[in-house]
Amino acid sequence: MEAWWRALIFDAGYNTSLVTLGAMLLGGGAGMIGSFVLLRKRSLVSDAISHATLPGLALAFILMALVFGDGRWMPGLLVGAGLSAAVGLWAVQAISHRTRLGEDAAIGAVLSTFFGLGVVLLTVIQSMAVSGQAGLTGYLVGSTAGMLAAEAQLIALCSLLLAAGIFVMRRDFLMVCFDPVFASTNGVRVQRVDMLLMLLLLAVVVIGLRITGLILIVALTIIPPVTGRFWTDRPLRVVALAALLGALAGYLGVTLSSVREGLPTGPLVVLACFVLFLVSFLLSPRRGILATLMAHQRFKRRVHLRQGLLAMARDEAIFDDLTMRVLRRQGFIRRDGVATPSGWAAARDAEHEERLWALYRQYYPEESAQLDHRGLLPIERVLSPDTIMVLENRLMMGRGAHP
Amino acid sequence: MNEAQHLSDEVVASPLAIHGLTVSYDHRPVVHSVDFITPPGCMTAIVGPNGAGKSTLLKAALGITRRLTGDIRVFGEPYDGRSRRVAYVPQRSSVDWDFPATVIDVVTMGLFRDLHWWQFIRRHHRDRAMESLGRVGMEAFAQRQIGELSGGQQQRVFLARALTQEADLTILDEPFAGVDAATEKAIVEVLKTLRRQGRTLLCVHHDLATVRDYFDHLLLLNVRRIAAGPVATTFTAQNLQETYGGRLGDVQLLRLLDEAPRESREC
Repeated sequence: MEAWWRALIFDAGYNTSLVTLGAMLLGGGAGMIGSFVLLRKRSLVSDAISHATLPGLALAFILMALVFGDGRWMPGLLVGAGLSAAVGLWAVQAISHRTRLGEDAAIGAVLSTFFGLGVVLLTVIQSMAVSGQAGLTGYLVGSTAGMLAAEAQLIALCSLLLAAGIFVMRRDFLMVCFDPVFASTNGVRVQRVDMLLMLLLLAVVVIGLRITGLILIVALTIIPPVTGRFWTDRPLRVVALAALLGALAGYLGVTLSSVREGLPTGPLVVLACFVLFLVSFLLSPRRGILATLMAHQRFKRRVHLRQGLLAMARDEAIFDDLTMRVLRRQGFIRRDGVATPSGWAAARDAEHEERLWALYRQYYPEESAQLDHRGLLPIERVLSPDTIMVLENRLMMGRGAHP
Repeated sequence: MNEAQHLSDEVVASPLAIHGLTVSYDHRPVVHSVDFITPPGCMTAIVGPNGAGKSTLLKAALGITRRLTGDIRVFGEPYDGRSRRVAYVPQRSSVDWDFPATVIDVVTMGLFRDLHWWQFIRRHHRDRAMESLGRVGMEAFAQRQIGELSGGQQQRVFLARALTQEADLTILDEPFAGVDAATEKAIVEVLKTLRRQGRTLLCVHHDLATVRDYFDHLLLLNVRRIAAGPVATTFTAQNLQETYGGRLGDVQLLRLLDEAPRESREC
C-alpha cells in the first residue's frame, strides 16, 4: 500500500515517474483517437492493427539479433511493428472495399492470420542462439519494469505529438464521423481524413505496445470512450473525457504494477479502465443503471399522475393506491379524496393535452410512432411551437364535431 | 486559350451548370448524359419516379458520388465539391441520430468550414447558429439531444445547419420526405424567404401535387433529362407521362393539372 502511494505521488524513483507520465499521455491519446474511431463505428479495427504488429515485431527482432547480436532495441522493434500493422490495416481496407466481405469479416481474417504468423516467428526466435528473447513477452502483455528512461521519454513524446495532431484534426474528424456526405460538401476530403484517423490509431497502438502489450491495447482505445459516453451527450466532450479517463487508467495501472516485481502492466491498466467503466455504468446521472431505475420510477409516477388527472377530468372513480398517493402529494386531491381547485385545473390541462396528442397521432402517425412514449411529457417540451399551434387550431375547429 | 470564353453567359450566371453528366453503377447508367443549367434566384425542383437518379444526379454534381463523365460548373468555375457558395442538405436518413450531439452541435457544424484549427467556437458563432435555429422555429430545442427529435424536427435542424453557411445555392435532397405538415410549411416559408433574398434553391422533390405551389422551375428526370424549364410550361401532361412512363392515371393527371395555374412567377 505504501509503495503504491509513493508511486502515486511520483516518489518512487525517476524511472517509475517517467513511465507513469508516459502511460498517462498514451492513455490520453488512445482515449482521444479511440473516441473518434468509436463514433466512426470502426472500433474493432484497432484489434486487427494491434495483432498485426506481432510479425513485424518478431521480424525486426530477428533482423536486429542477426546484425547486432541483440534484438531488444525498442525504436527498431516499434518500426517493425508499425510496418506490419500498416500492411494489416491495408489488408483490412482492401478486403472490405474490393470484395463482398464486410469489415468485420476482414478484421477477423487479418487478425488471426497475422497473429498466427507472429507466433510462428516467436517460436523461431526461441530456438535462436541469441540473448534477450524473454524481452519480447513484454510486448505481448505489457511490462514497464526495467523500461529504460529513453524508452519512456520516447513513448511520452510520441503520445504528446499524437494528442496535438488529434487536436488539430478534431473538427474534420467530427464532421466525418457524424455526416461524411455533409463533410465532403464542406471541403473535407473524407477518404484522406479516414486514412489519417486510422494512421493515428495505428501510431497509438504501436507506441502503446510496450505499456499494455499488443493483446490489450485495444482496451485503451475502446473502454475510455465508451465510459466517457456515459457522462455527456456532446461529441467533443466525449473525446475530452475519454482522454482524461484513459490518462487516469494509465496512471492507476502503471503505479499499481510498480508495487511489486513481476506485476504485468497491461492487465492492470485494463482493469483500471474497467473499474472506471463500472463506476460510470452504475452511477452516471444520464445513462447509469441507478439513474435508469430512478427514471423508471419517475416515469411510473408520471403515468399514474396522468391517469389520475384524466380520471378526475372524466369524473371517474380512482381505485389505484399509488395514483391516489401521487395525486395527494401534488396537492390535487384532499385527504378525503375530494379534488382541490388546483386539481381541477390540472385535470383540465391534462385532458386538453391528451386531445392534442390524440390529434397529433391521428394526423402524423409516422412522426408520432417515432416519438413513441413521449406523450406523457408536457407537449411543449416535445413539439415545436408552430406544430402545437396547428394542433390547437384543428382542435378548435373540430370542437363542434366531437362534443 | 481562355476557357471561360467558351462558356455562355447563362452558364457563368448559373450557380450550378451540369453538362453531359453520366453516372453508372456496375456498367448500368443511373444518370445518362444530363444537361441542366440551374437558373439563378429560382426554386427549382428535380422530379421523377423512384430510381430515376434524382439524388444520384445531385450527389454526382456535388462530387459525393463518382461520375463517369460530365462537367460541373458553379458560376462558371469548375466545381470539385468544394465551394463556399454551395450548401447541401442531405437526406435525414443519411446519419446516425444516436450520435452524441445536441441540436446546437449539429447546427454549429455548418460553421466549421470557416474555422481554423486554432480557433474555438465563440459567442458570435453560437449566436449565428441560434439565429439559424430561430429561422426554422427550433430555438427552444438547442440543447436537446438529436436522438429525441421527430423526423420533421431533424429535417429542420439539417436545414438550419445549411442556413448558417449563407450560400448562394442551397441543394436539398427530399426535404419534405416523411415530415409533418407543420414542418413542411415551415421549411417552404424559409425557402421562399431565401428566394426573395435572391438565393437559388434546388430540391429533389417527390410530391407532384405541390410542385406548382412551391417551385418556379423544373427538371423532369428519368435517367435521362425528359424536360426542363419554367413550371408553367414544363409541368404538362405529356411531359409527366413521358417521365413516369405512362404510370400516372388519367384521374391523377387531371387532378394535378386541371386546377387553374396559381400565381405565375418570374425568376
